[in-house]
Amino acid sequence: MLDTTSTLKRTPFYARHVALGAKMVPFAGFQMPIQYEGIVAEHRAVRGSVGVFDVSHMGEIRLQGPGARAFANRLVTNEVDSVPDGKAVYTPMCLETGGIVDDLLVYASGEDRLLVVNAANFEKDLAWVREHAPRDVSVVDENEGTAQLAVQGPRAEDVVTRLYGDRAKNLEFYTFFEEGEGEDWTMVSRTGYTGEDGFEIYVRASRALETWDRVFEAGRPALIRPIGLGARDTLRLEMGYCLYGNDIDETTHPLEAGLGWTVRLDKAAFLGQRALVEAQRAGLARRLVGLILDGERIARQGSEVTAQGQPVGTVTSGSMGISIGKPVAMAYTRIDNAGTGTKLEVRTRGSESPASVVARPMYRGGSVRAPKPRRAT
Amino acid sequence: MKVPADLRYTKEHEWVRVRGSEAEVGITDFAQGELGDVVFVELPALGTRLQQMKSFGTIDAVKTVSDLFAPVSGEVSAVNTDLKDNPALINQSPYEKGWMVRIKMANPAETEALLSAEAYEKALGAHA
Repeated sequence: MLDTTSTLKRTPFYARHVALGAKMVPFAGFQMPIQYEGIVAEHRAVRGSVGVFDVSHMGEIRLQGPGARAFANRLVTNEVDSVPDGKAVYTPMCLETGGIVDDLLVYASGEDRLLVVNAANFEKDLAWVREHAPRDVSVVDENEGTAQLAVQGPRAEDVVTRLYGDRAKNLEFYTFFEEGEGEDWTMVSRTGYTGEDGFEIYVRASRALETWDRVFEAGRPALIRPIGLGARDTLRLEMGYCLYGNDIDETTHPLEAGLGWTVRLDKAAFLGQRALVEAQRAGLARRLVGLILDGERIARQGSEVTAQGQPVGTVTSGSMGISIGKPVAMAYTRIDNAGTGTKLEVRTRGSESPASVVARPMYRGGSVRAPKPRRAT
Repeated sequence: MKVPADLRYTKEHEWVRVRGSEAEVGITDFAQGELGDVVFVELPALGTRLQQMKSFGTIDAVKTVSDLFAPVSGEVSAVNTDLKDNPALINQSPYEKGWMVRIKMANPAETEALLSAEAYEKALGAHA
């Protein structure tokens, strides 16, 4: 069906976006704000202070029952069974082929596992999870009833501490707490997709608007601003974070996407394990690399990457690196051309820009408290 | 959204300011709003011969790239070099500081085929 306005869903914050003059666009079946004042200003606001993103389009699937932990662990490539309560884990979920069904966050909430997945993949993921679920696990669709705000930036801690106290301030990176029951349920996690320190706040849809208003009230001293999907993309791209549908999909596997640190080949059996063990043994043919371009032309998805004129790869994401000051991109290149420092060319609209392979993240000035990723096994 | 009455327009959202035999060209307020933040403009060199409705350059915004179409035929007599260092002028001042090129017109009668402000606004109505 066409994404006509009448068939698009709205998040609980729709009225706030419209009141703020956001430019609304169709995205993954939702009407979402692509920008408010402008992508560049919004990007800089997040790097410099703090911004708020409506990410309610993301999908929530809760696994419950005696087998929930073990089943979650079978679905994804990272370890999500024997993790402490209150821990969040970033992980791909793979087909038997090793191709990526989706990339997601798994929250260890007591014996439950809460999966937070990409909006565009929600229906597919839900079907995939249900298809593989054993009898002792119930798969609960919590998508409709859940609203989510990402508060991101070096001053995010000030804002979230004003709202939730030291409990929020003391959260380690990739941990969370929950409080309240029923419609009062709130979950606060120290996670994000920007390269800055930040939090994601989950509430029930019935409490969404008051939460939005409290976040903006608490953020007033920090000049908090609403941030659209446009800046969300430029922020994540500078960090070399994968975007499903651009950089990863069912035809790519996590090892070549540079997500080896999220793949625990040695853990209990999981979907895609055999294929990934084999891929590891055979060695990678290509790799997802970060590129910084000379010149001002922006590489776009699909732009050809060459090495001394010979085709060696394709751009999967490209934009202006607003905090880097140069165009940035991600591309799959042949493994021989994937080493840091390799000089390549990117072809855009008939002309050629020199480019260098740079280690991800391409932007290293952020306030994110990322622990060092575990080495690939 | 501004549509100055004294300019002429194309359906592709360029504006034209006619001064004698010269035509100054840029993109409209509507166009800059749709594109979002402009980060790079590629413009022709002085002296380049342009043909009406053929592409004469490209404009890169953060999210998208778009072709620029020559509203009239002629020779490029001036290029706004300020845009190289500050392409955001196109967003901030689309009709003044954000001008792109001046064209020494080969056939001034071509301007008669361009839209009036009123006709352009009517065409925009279809987008609203």
